[in-house]
Amino acid sequence: MRTIKYLLQKEFRQIFRNKAILPLILVVPIVQLIILPLAANYEVKNINLSIVDHDHSAYSRQLISKITASGYFRLIGYNHSYDAAFRAVESDKSDLVLEIPNGFERNLIREQHEKVFIAVNAINGVKANLGGAYLNSIIRDYNMDVRTRLTIPSKTASVPVFEISATNRFNPLMNYHLFMVPGILAFLVTMIGGYLCALNIVKEKEVGTIEQINVTPIRKYHFIFGKLLPFWVIGMVVFSLGLLVSWLVYGIVPKGSIVLLYGFLAVYLLAVLGFGLLVSTFCETQQQAMFIAFFFVMIFILMGGLFTSIDSMPQWAKVIAALNPVTYMIEVMRMIVLKGSRFADIIPHLLKVLVFALVLNSWAILNYRKTN
Amino acid sequence: METVIKTHELTKRYGDFIAANAISLEVYKGEIFGFLGANGAGKTTAMRMLCGLSTPSSGSAEIAGYDIYRQTEQVKKNIGYMSQKFSLYEDLTVMENIRFFGGIYGLGSKDIRLKGQALIKQLGLESEEKKLVGSLPLGWKQKLAFSVAILHSPKIVFLDEPTGGVDPLTRRQFWDLIYEAADRGITIFVTTHYMDEAEYCGRLSIMVDGNVKALDTPSALKEQYHATSMDDVFYELARGAKRSE
Repeated sequence: MRTIKYLLQKEFRQIFRNKAILPLILVVPIVQLIILPLAANYEVKNINLSIVDHDHSAYSRQLISKITASGYFRLIGYNHSYDAAFRAVESDKSDLVLEIPNGFERNLIREQHEKVFIAVNAINGVKANLGGAYLNSIIRDYNMDVRTRLTIPSKTASVPVFEISATNRFNPLMNYHLFMVPGILAFLVTMIGGYLCALNIVKEKEVGTIEQINVTPIRKYHFIFGKLLPFWVIGMVVFSLGLLVSWLVYGIVPKGSIVLLYGFLAVYLLAVLGFGLLVSTFCETQQQAMFIAFFFVMIFILMGGLFTSIDSMPQWAKVIAALNPVTYMIEVMRMIVLKGSRFADIIPHLLKVLVFALVLNSWAILNYRKTN
Repeated sequence: METVIKTHELTKRYGDFIAANAISLEVYKGEIFGFLGANGAGKTTAMRMLCGLSTPSSGSAEIAGYDIYRQTEQVKKNIGYMSQKFSLYEDLTVMENIRFFGGIYGLGSKDIRLKGQALIKQLGLESEEKKLVGSLPLGWKQKLAFSVAILHSPKIVFLDEPTGGVDPLTRRQFWDLIYEAADRGITIFVTTHYMDEAEYCGRLSIMVDGNVKALDTPSALKEQYHATSMDDVFYELARGAKRSE
């Protein structure tokens, strides 16, 4: 026990004395939480729209003003022909072309039937998809308006129409911050914990101080525990800072129990630190450790459901996501913070993360050798 | 005389390469044993096996009466080690290093304080006590590293080229520290490339290509090789070496 006391004393002294790392531990979570959620936003606005109106009628103008009033589109200009509009798309000035045919109003009233044409620039897939969908729904809406106006109300029977009325649970305003911030917090804790832990041990190898440790009678698991605990504490501190920032900046207060959140984090951090430890046992230099950790952290983040939904991944990718501890942390963060999930709801996640922690740490301890 | 290091045909192989070949030697309590050899002769490999940093491929060895295979932790309690690379923590102060290494060798806090203060006084580091070790000149660092290596009063201390890159005056002071430790009954096992230092040793061995080619007192070796200085003895033996850096 006394050995551990000395180890911890040394470790904390070194961390607090490190002029590069200490500020980073404090500044990174604050800056990333303030900047990232604002940028990492799926909401598509400012879709550039070109309109080719061959009709110039009251109806076509109504449609256009309805579209521009929605706030999603920015009208780039009216073109006299589709070719001219398409040139705007080609030169990247425009994302969407809406072509209203000649006789739009006349056909709509007389024939009760008309078509408009939409062309989408699909280079930016997300923008194209959402832009097309927004435009479609606005036109559909307009269509309803026109129908109610043109149909003579019949006394006998009305046309049966059913409408879908949807409610967004847990995030009623579909606020992306609410969705992104807990995920980014999970990612931050992973990065800081994993990197710092891996680099710290490899640094001792690089400098040569680990030799001096290895000739002492210190026990392997004492040494490893002495390395894990400081970073576990740092992980907790970073997380608390992050929670504070997300409350102050975004007004996010976890719906569920804070104790549960920290309880899960405590286990999750063990898994993350185990990962860092394992990386360090395979590396001789900080450069190697940095690259290996970077490689895995990239996969962890991109395949952990932070930016893209795991449910829409192909089967093979789902398998990778299931083998990724970050997946569970992000999920549990969103569950507890947004849904207010209880202990019983996160038991499966907790068990899986516990397995990760056990496997990664045991592997690292087995792989760490005082002799070679 | 009490034997504190006893090896029998200790060998380390890396694939086809035999870094240290069947080393058999005995070192007695309180003696200063010089372990000489050209670069790449296998000195560090042999020393790392004796310290428990490296597992031998074959052969046996007892350090302070403990088997290096089965009683590694006991061996480690009874030895001190100072590697070629400076290996105190540069981002800790002099006193913090002393406290840390004293602590993990299981010394009590009072013991650490007393021994630490004595050590700082002996080295004349009173005004540097609160400075980071990284800011000290190399010679002072080496003296400090040696003193920390013997802080827990080990039976044997292994020194791997402790005076490399150090000025002649500091080297003298360093050897004064070594003599003092030997007087207290600590066995010194030291490698060096300085032949004047070899003359200071009680006995010494010279390694060539992984084998111990000679082992005796400096004067006996000079007589055996009809040489006037240790320099000549070393040239005579090392000239036959096939390995080089």
